[in-house]
Amino acid sequence: MKGSIQIDRERCKGCALCIDFCPEDCISLSDDLNLKGYFVAAFDDSKECSACRHCALMCPDVAIEVSKS
Amino acid sequence: MRQLMSGNAALGEAAVLSGCTHYFGYPITPQNEITEYMARRMPGAGGVFIQSESEIAAINMVLGASAAGARTMTSSSGPGMSLKQEGISYLVADELPAVIVNMVRGGPGMGSIAGAQSDYFQATRGGGHGDYRTVVLAPASVQELTEVVPMAFDLADKYRSPVIILGDGILGQMMEPVDFDGLVRPPDYDKSWALTGAKGRPAQSIYSLIFDVKLQEEKNWKLQRKFRLIEQDEVRYETYLVDDAEMIVVAYGIGARIARGAIKRLRDEGKKVGMIRPITLWPFPMKALRELAKSVTDFFVFELSAGQMVEDVRLALEGEGHIHFYGRPGGVVPMPVELYRIISRHYYQAHADGDRKQP
Amino acid sequence: MKTVYARPKLLKEADFHYCPGCGHGIINRLLMEVIEEMDLQGDAICVAPAGCGMLLYNYFEIDVIESAHGRGAAVATGIKRVRPQNLVFSYQGDGDLAAIGTAEGFHAANRGENITVIFVNNGVYGMTGGQMAPTTLLDQVTTTTPTGRDAGLAGHPVRICEVFSQLDGTSYLERVAVNRPAAVVKAKKAIKKAFQRQVDGAGFSLVEILSPCPVNWKMGTLEACEWIDEVMVAHFPLGVFKEVPC
Repeated sequence: MKGSIQIDRERCKGCALCIDFCPEDCISLSDDLNLKGYFVAAFDDSKECSACRHCALMCPDVAIEVSKS
Repeated sequence: MRQLMSGNAALGEAAVLSGCTHYFGYPITPQNEITEYMARRMPGAGGVFIQSESEIAAINMVLGASAAGARTMTSSSGPGMSLKQEGISYLVADELPAVIVNMVRGGPGMGSIAGAQSDYFQATRGGGHGDYRTVVLAPASVQELTEVVPMAFDLADKYRSPVIILGDGILGQMMEPVDFDGLVRPPDYDKSWALTGAKGRPAQSIYSLIFDVKLQEEKNWKLQRKFRLIEQDEVRYETYLVDDAEMIVVAYGIGARIARGAIKRLRDEGKKVGMIRPITLWPFPMKALRELAKSVTDFFVFELSAGQMVEDVRLALEGEGHIHFYGRPGGVVPMPVELYRIISRHYYQAHADGDRKQP
Repeated sequence: MKTVYARPKLLKEADFHYCPGCGHGIINRLLMEVIEEMDLQGDAICVAPAGCGMLLYNYFEIDVIESAHGRGAAVATGIKRVRPQNLVFSYQGDGDLAAIGTAEGFHAANRGENITVIFVNNGVYGMTGGQMAPTTLLDQVTTTTPTGRDAGLAGHPVRICEVFSQLDGTSYLERVAVNRPAAVVKAKKAIKKAFQRQVDGAGFSLVEILSPCPVNWKMGTLEACEWIDEVMVAHFPLGVFKEVPC
């Protein structure tokens, strides 16, 4: 697994653009509510994240940090 | 060194000598010559002149230039001043200094291009949206511009608020000898609030949107404290032959020049008429009028309008004394002899009534 | 693990107030990334609009002034004429620039003011609840075109890049979008080019950015992004409309 992401759960508004644009389907909408009442996106580290950053590029709330081994 | 200059040109020169570095204007009679003068003068003085696409654009360029720390001015007349009201409200809310010149012309609507005083309310009641006032200075001669213009820039910087110079088409067009030697350039004020780029300091911002009504109210009370201070410290007026006066004319700007001619004739006939000439239309010389009312009953308000300053005189006197009014709107300019005849009639009538205070 | 992407330092801590899936958030981030990469934090002065983009001073760690609705290009002109050495850009929506602020934008461009206009085109008035904007497409439903925009009643969507390209004062005009990763990368390049040209004194630049507004378009966030490609771009083609060599 080359890459991984951290999602700032309080910034996330559950807009799901990261989910839609992740080429490896590493992200899904969890049933975990943040303080604003949004279901936040969650990263599945069992999936093959390539650190392509598409999720971060598309995140309107700059809630995603991407790292690479 | 005395030179013969029109009011418009002298105003432009006074602005440059007062440190104005950025002028933005749009053509409108009867103030075109200010814009033209600045077009010639500013580049040579190391300043910037832009003819904008509208008076709205001009006042917003002024807002930008002021936010960036420059001493800046725009000038216009009635219709253009109406377009600038939004910008002036923003200048007040953003606490930004600026000088805005209105060479008043007959109104309303397209009006006329002759000099008038019918924008008094617009200038002294804020003019735009929200609770605010602006200092309003009313010069009565070309020479007086060399005092009023630096004063405007100084007060604008001192209180970080826009200042209006309320002239008129006559003052703008007429030529009189003027000597700039006595003009004192106002000192530079600390403008660390200006937007210069967050180099070596945290980012700064200037804005007036405050969603929280409690905070917006606090902002309003802060502005109101500023206005109370101005009312307390910045009133300016001139009195003329008031010591023994039995009737006092209240007139400003070009109206006061006409009244002087009338008073001379009245005095020649032994009629004791004097005058108080507000120089700051806001803050209005309320105390001075109340003081005069202790010894004089009759106040004769004369304006080149249908009557606007007369309301401030009424507010000042609060029922004390007796207010006479004569006004001519639209740009009509009565001759001094005409005003003399009208004041005489009011003077006789006042005496006939008898119950008058003795000076 | 090495961080390969993180929040730009020039974005303040405050959460964005934008709706979920709104393009403003992406554009705000791109602006701060570019200013950080060009090391222009000490020079940049932003003129914020009245509209969804008006709270930039809560998000940008640079000097920001809020202008009255539509007056951004005039305010930016005033600032730039006082501080030509600073990077001055106005951030304006389609109502701000293409409706009430048309004269100010048009004439700043025509004067060739050396400023940059970041023009966010999301086809509606967002902040006020989704009314028709000058860029609303024909037949597009908004709260003030309830049966779809009718040209006979409300005219046609305005193409700012094309219109401004007719003005000799303009030096760089490009239309980009932020509706998919590749487009976001291109949008960032356009912003960087516009700012670099301003630094080099090339004159007036404008970057028009097609931006999704799912809430007011009454679409899903992905659907809004796709709608830009499938419908909006047909009327608002992407690309460079002017690039005077400098």
